[in-house]
Amino acid sequence: MIEGSVWKFGRDIDTDVIIAGRYCNIPDPKELAKHVFEDLDPTFASRFVPGDVIVADSNFGCGSSREVAPLCLKAAGVAAVAAPSFARIFYRNSINIGLPIFEIPDIAKFFEQGQKVRIDPATGLVTNLSTSQSFTAAPFPEFMEKIMAAGGLVNYASERLGGSKA
Amino acid sequence: MIGMSMTITEKILAQHAGLEEVVPGQLITAKLDMVLANDVTAPVAVKEFVKFEVDSVFDRSKVALVLDHFTPNKDIASAEQSKQVREFARRHEIEHFYDVGKVGIEHCLLPEQGLTLPGDLIIGADSHTCTYGALGAFATGVGSTDLAAGLATGEAWFRVPESIKFVFHGTKFQPWVSGKDLILYVIGKIGVDGARYQAMEFTGEGISALSMDGRFTMCNMAIEAGAKNGIIAPDEKTFAYLEGRSKRPYTVYTSDPDAKYAQVFEFDVADIPLQVAFPHLPENTKSVQEASGVKIDQVVIGSCTNGRMEDLRMAAQILRGHKVHPHVRTLVFPGTQEIYRQAMHEGLIDTFIEAGVAVSTPTCGPCLGGHMGILAKGERALATTNRNFVGRMGHPESEVYLANPAVAAASAIRGQIAHPEEVV
Repeated sequence: MIEGSVWKFGRDIDTDVIIAGRYCNIPDPKELAKHVFEDLDPTFASRFVPGDVIVADSNFGCGSSREVAPLCLKAAGVAAVAAPSFARIFYRNSINIGLPIFEIPDIAKFFEQGQKVRIDPATGLVTNLSTSQSFTAAPFPEFMEKIMAAGGLVNYASERLGGSKA
Repeated sequence: MIGMSMTITEKILAQHAGLEEVVPGQLITAKLDMVLANDVTAPVAVKEFVKFEVDSVFDRSKVALVLDHFTPNKDIASAEQSKQVREFARRHEIEHFYDVGKVGIEHCLLPEQGLTLPGDLIIGADSHTCTYGALGAFATGVGSTDLAAGLATGEAWFRVPESIKFVFHGTKFQPWVSGKDLILYVIGKIGVDGARYQAMEFTGEGISALSMDGRFTMCNMAIEAGAKNGIIAPDEKTFAYLEGRSKRPYTVYTSDPDAKYAQVFEFDVADIPLQVAFPHLPENTKSVQEASGVKIDQVVIGSCTNGRMEDLRMAAQILRGHKVHPHVRTLVFPGTQEIYRQAMHEGLIDTFIEAGVAVSTPTCGPCLGGHMGILAKGERALATTNRNFVGRMGHPESEVYLANPAVAAASAIRGQIAHPEEVV
């Protein structure tokens, strides 16, 4: 069960503001996490509490294919991102690296900065504990469930290759 | 009629999945013809690739590794990244490995070298991989882990996208209007998520009239509308471009006349004026007249969007006999070494230098705020690049405006955003 405070973002949050291009030569996700959302709010990384949740408006993660964007969110301790829609490369990357994401229509309208949220990843049930309103995330296609059940794309594709490796 | 009607995108995906037909929404696993990564995305992919415990990549002739983002390396961290990719390329005897001296901006380079062909299915760990759709290929950007799986298995999974058709009627373009203006205009109409998860198919007389360079620019920016791919059916111009470049056979696909589209947009090219996208989204488009007078500190001409011969010729045509404004640093980045040399042979480099322009070796450089032209706080650039997000070219309080090379050149001369007719 995921439970934490909400960090609210608007629409079209691009991967450049999640992690700026100038940091894309940093190999360590923990180091990257120190710069997460720096260009929107230089104090974000120091204020963010691991386990908290991002609620954003539509098209979260648009722009660059940089996988370091979901990687640094995960390394910063972002427990989940909920939004009405995600940009497609960010969506794939998040599934592949294991950042929990939840697609829920209009979700940004029902959350304010700092409210408490609980998410049950098994059912996709998202509850605003401050208003007691509940929402259900769109289920993942069965195929993606398999990737997640295998522990990510590397494991899933390895199985397809017939390798015994995890 | 046998079988169902399909779009060009659906036909390519079906063929590579070994299926007779596919429908939008269907999840498929498809074989890859080319797998691409650069110095920023390949290191992460290499780290994931190792986990597959395979001895080699699926096919060393179907992998391209291009060190173009932070090269010539801007600092030690970037040098380490390049070194990792270089060592991987040597260990796996990657045929299409491009290092400094041979390297060009990946999406200018691969088509030029004949590595991306009509009917191909291509993934690249770079969002602008969609550029190759201009050749009638299905090409899309992925992350590093997807790329690693592609390197190991030669396959990737896809959700078959719905297609949106954009029909450009007529051939009476307004003066100086190019592929850049057409695609900015479309993004301005549909928004940065207007084609999210979907295929953008460009067609009509207006597209037939465009050069290959203009078509690359259009497909390049499909991602800025959230699209999975941009695509243009091959025609005589495509075949002429491929002459002397393609080294393997290719397949030409076209959409069936009764193929199904999620949406159809129709435009007359005569109605499309020169475009400028204001900060901080590519959808914030206005006509150049509406942008006129915005003071600028820097002009960047180049990138995977507009670093090709037509772009440099267009900029040089305007700059010839002029000096750039003393307050505007103007930078030109030819897309590849071949483009650089051709520009030299045509005297364009002389024109640039005489005008007071700095000409660089090919690199992605300032487009993603890497190096070679970073903006200070409060500075403003007009660029022929593809993104104007917050902090994209430097300081979070700097600004990027997007336009075509003619507008960029005219603005460099005037010191403010200007219509080319103001200077020629």
